[in-house]
Amino acid sequence: MSNFFDKSDLTRKDADVIVSDTLQNCDDGELYLEDTKSESILLDDNKIKSSSYSSDLGFGFRAITGEVVAYSHSNEISKDSLKKSSENLKSTLKSMKGTYNQDISRSNKKFYQDINPIEQKTLNSKLEILNKVNEYLRKKDQSVKQVTTSFAGEQKSIEIIRSGGEVLTDVRPLIRFNVSVMLEKNGRKETGVYGIGGRQSYDEYLKNDNWKTVCEEAFRIASVNLDSKPAPAGEMKVVLGPGWPAILIHEAIGHGLEGDFNRKKTSAFHDLMGQKVASEGVTIVDDGTIDNRRGSLTIDDEGTPTEKTVLIENGILKNFMQDRLNARLMNTKSTGSGRRENYRHVVLPRMRNTMMLSGNQTQEEMIKSVDKGIFAVSFGGGQVDITSGKFVFNCTEAYEINNGKIGSPIKGATLIGDGPSILKEVSMVGNDMMLDPGIGTCGKAGQGVPVGVAQPSILIDKMTVGGTKL
Amino acid sequence: MVKDQEYLRSKASYCLDLAKKLGATGSSVTVAHSISETVNFRNNTLDESNRSDGLAISIETYLGKKRSSISSSNLLDDNIKTLIEKCFETTKNTPEDEFNSLPDKDLLAKKIKNLNLYDETHFDNEKKIEYLKELESAASSEEKIINTESSFTENKSNFILANSDGFCEGYKSSSFSASCVTVAKDENSMERDYEFTSKRHLSDIKGAKELGQKASEQTIKKLSPNKIGSEKISIIFDKRIAKGMLGAFAGAISSSAISRGTSFLKDKINEQIFTETINIIDKPDINKGVGSQIFDSEGVKSDTLNLVQNGILKNYLIDTYNGKKLNLKSNGRSGGTTNLYFDNGNISFEDLLKSNSKHIYVTETIGHGSNLVTGDYSVGATGFLIENGEFKFPVNEITIAGNFKDMFKNITLASDLDFEYSINSPTMMIEGMTVAGK
Repeated sequence: MSNFFDKSDLTRKDADVIVSDTLQNCDDGELYLEDTKSESILLDDNKIKSSSYSSDLGFGFRAITGEVVAYSHSNEISKDSLKKSSENLKSTLKSMKGTYNQDISRSNKKFYQDINPIEQKTLNSKLEILNKVNEYLRKKDQSVKQVTTSFAGEQKSIEIIRSGGEVLTDVRPLIRFNVSVMLEKNGRKETGVYGIGGRQSYDEYLKNDNWKTVCEEAFRIASVNLDSKPAPAGEMKVVLGPGWPAILIHEAIGHGLEGDFNRKKTSAFHDLMGQKVASEGVTIVDDGTIDNRRGSLTIDDEGTPTEKTVLIENGILKNFMQDRLNARLMNTKSTGSGRRENYRHVVLPRMRNTMMLSGNQTQEEMIKSVDKGIFAVSFGGGQVDITSGKFVFNCTEAYEINNGKIGSPIKGATLIGDGPSILKEVSMVGNDMMLDPGIGTCGKAGQGVPVGVAQPSILIDKMTVGGTKL
Repeated sequence: MVKDQEYLRSKASYCLDLAKKLGATGSSVTVAHSISETVNFRNNTLDESNRSDGLAISIETYLGKKRSSISSSNLLDDNIKTLIEKCFETTKNTPEDEFNSLPDKDLLAKKIKNLNLYDETHFDNEKKIEYLKELESAASSEEKIINTESSFTENKSNFILANSDGFCEGYKSSSFSASCVTVAKDENSMERDYEFTSKRHLSDIKGAKELGQKASEQTIKKLSPNKIGSEKISIIFDKRIAKGMLGAFAGAISSSAISRGTSFLKDKINEQIFTETINIIDKPDINKGVGSQIFDSEGVKSDTLNLVQNGILKNYLIDTYNGKKLNLKSNGRSGGTTNLYFDNGNISFEDLLKSNSKHIYVTETIGHGSNLVTGDYSVGATGFLIENGEFKFPVNEITIAGNFKDMFKNITLASDLDFEYSINSPTMMIEGMTVAGK
């Protein structure tokens, strides 16, 4: 646990006094302190290309009255700096008056250990694995022309001081291991990428030579793409595989159910609470409480313990994801979804691990039922326009389906759909729900936060596939 | 106030001295300070104020051909000391790479030109609020506009880049930016659009009223869109999307993509990759330019580069490391392009619209659909159908797809270039792409 006060002229008592004084006429707010150690080691083009370490320390001071948020942050933790921030907040909110909400729920549950993954494995043993990955892949096949592999690890310690002296803390480990391989055959080049990670030590993810599995998967994806044909263009049926393709749920539905867009009525979902937004059998939750998952949090960045929030139950819209600000303005409770990338950013309601739960059909039944369509197994990034509801994502592994059978692989194509109506097009939900391998980062308003997704195989009756073949 | 050069220099030389004492054979350090103040409005009322004050330091240490780096936001001397020790320890344990090196001394910037990148004017929050009030009142005057969000940011920064070969330079810069996002609604749909302005000097930014009105007009125009059928059709990219093609091009000619062999433009130097009429220039020394720089992130002086001349690829974007690998000299592009633009074409915007009986005019794309290894391009798009030079109706939920290699050879540019941003393009037409819709 980081001690934010031992090398500063600012004492905890000073901080308490300044926080309480600044927030006395406000509805909410807190002082957020953060200390992040992070490392990144990259092997590329047969060499250790970079090995870097970063230590980032700072605070963000927030005051809220009504709908107005005043925020000030600095990487200088000192009495002078905090006082300057306090003046800045007071000047923004000077003509307003609020009543501070002391309420914050507490919980003793923890979803990961207080470890520093960077220190738990020596630099040399990390370098050794990266070199092994490089050799393994290059020896595997002559078509391997480029290998990039990396470790990224961090430990983030946070402390939240609320008016009245309440203190909440959390220590969050996070690691990621990634392999990217480029193959070249008959003049064609294709890339395959795979990664794993979460909130445990590196070794937890690397045991039983698991790095080989990651290499094999990256290689397999690239090989499939070497034989890919141009993708079809137009509306058709789409079968999504289990696991990571749930990024569709994240983009199409998740963002539109975040509290801020609904309070501001800019989400296509804002007036659909209690209504049918998906086919029967579709249940979607956002869960921050799964042990050691990339998107899990013991407490969110406002100090609220996270929970499992039911967003859509059997097709009916049940809840939005809330931080404290939007919950207060919408007369509801925070769902522990208040997150920020770091102390430089304001809190926004965000997703954690967004999951569609299993139904009772099989992937085989789905494929069999399709005359002409595509089967999408893996995706790159996605994006959504919250207001119009339109979303896209890019296939990185997909196949055509002809007359109920899986055909040739197709080139990376963009799929586009309409968020509020897409889940009504889901006609089968599989019994094979799977979590993603722990690689997702979600971007919103310029802030990236780690997230997870999960889903079973699903059949969507109508979606536009953005290929080149008419 | 943003920290002065003297303070930054003293931190930088403390680091270089310490690295040398520890036994580093070379080192480089960047110390930067930045202060920015933002005010956000929503529906004609104050929504958020945000003040950010950030110091950052990054250090690289060398031991022969071994290298590693650290960065931190904690500039207390004893923290820096611990970090440099850690950095050098890591350097010792990192394998050698023959291409690791500080930049060649004779390529380092010598003269520091004044490009007028700093405007000391302070536009305090009260004034930002006045600007945003005027902006939002213009943006929300039409009944169909149901939500407005706008923002004003003022940023001042200063930095020093120093290395153990005696380079030690830096300069102040500023930026003033305003943006407006509006949401419009009618019986059929809800749509969003935006407009923004960003300049080095306060007096150069767009007027509040103009910005608000433009965002509002653009959003209302998008209401009640249709989906269209799938077909091969000529596509006209609005300037704000056309400049994205330059971004993808820049990624594909970065020396790192070239040396790793992961670019569709590898080995294409001196080859025709665009239509003959196309010229692409990267000009670092534009007075008050948003992307202007005097030297790159390694201290190498940057001169104007004609990247593409008459459709022929003439230069890559080269940094020290990848330059050595490719046996080429750095051209001061560590950190990428500066002010990058397509030169004007020779057809007016109006004539371009009339050049085919039917086009899709794209105003927004979504998704990350550029594959720089294969050149494949596929994104979601919204825009308008144009028939006989006239805007007919808005279009959405379509995708557009092609391959950059073909797209680049089918580009026609209008003659309406202006220098609003750091990457700029005239309006662009590309023929032969596939639209997927119904």
